[in-house]
Amino acid sequence: MDRQAKIREIIRTVSKQEVNIESEASLFDSGLLDSFALPELVTVLEQAFGISIPDSDLDPRKFNSVSSIDRYLETRG
Amino acid sequence: MPFLRAFGAYLPSRAVSNTEIAALTGVEPEWIRMASGIEERRFAAEEETVADLGRHAAAECLERAAVPPASVGMVLMASGTAARRFPGPAVSVAQRLGISGAPAIDLPIPSAGSLFGLALAAHVVPVYRNVLVIGADIMSRVAPRERNNPGTAVLFGDGAGACLVSASAGVAEIRDSLIYSDGAFSEDLRLEFECPLEMNGRAVILQASRKLPRTISDLLGRNQLAAANVDAFLLHQANQNLLDQVARALGVPSLRFFSNLRMYGNTSAASLLIAAAEWSQSQGFRQGVPVVFAAFGAGFNWGALLVVGCGQ
Repeated sequence: MDRQAKIREIIRTVSKQEVNIESEASLFDSGLLDSFALPELVTVLEQAFGISIPDSDLDPRKFNSVSSIDRYLETRG
Repeated sequence: MPFLRAFGAYLPSRAVSNTEIAALTGVEPEWIRMASGIEERRFAAEEETVADLGRHAAAECLERAAVPPASVGMVLMASGTAARRFPGPAVSVAQRLGISGAPAIDLPIPSAGSLFGLALAAHVVPVYRNVLVIGADIMSRVAPRERNNPGTAVLFGDGAGACLVSASAGVAEIRDSLIYSDGAFSEDLRLEFECPLEMNGRAVILQASRKLPRTISDLLGRNQLAAANVDAFLLHQANQNLLDQVARALGVPSLRFFSNLRMYGNTSAASLLIAAAEWSQSQGFRQGVPVVFAAFGAGFNWGALLVVGCGQ
């Protein structure tokens, strides 16, 4: 499974909704996530990708879309 | 040793329902309740000031403590909505209470300001003996009312809380505290001069959801305690969903997190001390049992305070 597919699967698990949106579309504006689901999304991403996301990286813009999450994870190697 | 001696609170009389706020902001009343747990909030009267609110809460606190104003050695007053740049409300409250000569220091820190005040009071109380900590905010005058920003507009209310920290005796002993600041996200929650409050709710919730449980766990851990040992968690009343999230992260039932959000909304610097005043009146400290205070807000500033009941 490529990374974007894995991200979509994680978003589906957290949001309990199918993720049928463009990669650049906002997860919040689309109604998939709200502010209170975001911390859970970050936690699940950490677990799934085996990383620890520091507080300095906890900028909602980094987690706004499938693409932005993908780009952030790319920076984490 | 520092002790919490007594608390006081003041809420303006005008209750503002979700129906009234919904009409201003273009959302459904039920949406407000679901998004925040808030059903109504109090708004200060037009002529009331932050100092007025603070004075009411402080007077009740001193009366409950049975400590005369002349015995107060220092005033620390937290507010993010002071009416003028200087002097701040601390000196006005002190003067109106009859506290003369004691240093009256403003902490222009909303939300977490009262927690910072308590933590600082614990350190200076050996010298100043009785430190009066006050938190007061009139958020109704700075919260936006635009229909394009309902998520911020619906949250806030007005109020004041107070706590007397004493060197000699009290209802609970302050055992430890942790306070932190990080200006990296200062733009995400700010109030510029002559402008409405600006809040990036997602950033605030994301940071608070991580920092609050971690700070509470660190504080408990270094005192050889676990969250399960704590009688009550008294937090800045920001949002019911956030309180529930912190409770889940710590693995304790939400019921152990005192909440009055339904009645008052988020009263910023006042909320922690209003919550403490109400909780101590309705339940109270039990001898030897820990209680945790915690807050997070603009700055970002955040922290936690551990107290243990004296059973008085």
